Amino acid sequence: MSKNLLLKLELLSDPNLLCVVRATIEQLTELVGFQAPERRSVTRAVDEALTNIVRHAYRGQTGRPIEILFRRLPQRSGSKRGEGLEILLSDRGPAVDPGKLRGRRLDEIKPGGLGLHFIRQSMDTVEFTRARGVNQLRLIKYLQGAKEACHS
Amino acid sequence: MQISARRTENTTIFDVSGDIDLASSPEMRKALLGELREKRTPRVVVNLTKVRYIDSSGVASLVEGLKASRDTGTRLLLFGLSPSAREVLQLSRLLRIFEVFENEEEALAS
Repeated sequence: MSKNLLLKLELLSDPNLLCVVRATIEQLTELVGFQAPERRSVTRAVDEALTNIVRHAYRGQTGRPIEILFRRLPQRSGSKRGEGLEILLSDRGPAVDPGKLRGRRLDEIKPGGLGLHFIRQSMDTVEFTRARGVNQLRLIKYLQGAKEACHS
Repeated sequence: MQISARRTENTTIFDVSGDIDLASSPEMRKALLGELREKRTPRVVVNLTKVRYIDSSGVASLVEGLKASRDTGTRLLLFGLSPSAREVLQLSRLLRIFEVFENEEEALAS
């Protein structure tokens, strides 16, 4: 395992556990050195990602496995990027349809479809991949630096 | 999340506390729609002073309440938004769509 690993969480899909994860992330991001608005952004992104896993990947089923890894990203020599936090969320739900990862337009006033938008707005990097039956969402938030383009 | 109601003749104030997330937003949705769509209370005010966190499902519940209020000719007002709650309404471009007030006095005076 990477020497930069900060925390590994293994949990079961259950809406009642979301508050536990949020509380953990709030503490972890403070430890890493994020300011309050950034801590809220990271917490919101991971919470929304977990909500999507519970609602869409596992279609509301409880008791299905979810793994979250938190890794410190050190500043690389020669890079303008500062330190950051990398978060990898994994689930074993069906493959995600890439067409559904775009989020919806915000000029309509209607409920739903906001979670992915919140994730993209809150993080510097958002990447979806699938390998060997596992969906993985990679999120990065930098302590400093400009926003990098999102990937999907 | 906990939600309780204070009722007068034309107004219901919902005092909400805790986090509004995937686990709890159905309860808030049910309360709002019951008041706006079924009871047709002319003015429904949501006190968010003690709400620290709202996720996208919580925002969706508020939007459903707003649509119900427009359908029934009633009003849905919010006050006491935390930084986190204000951020999600800004991110979803809804902050100017809702009637948002700083405190209960301002909401009731509107």
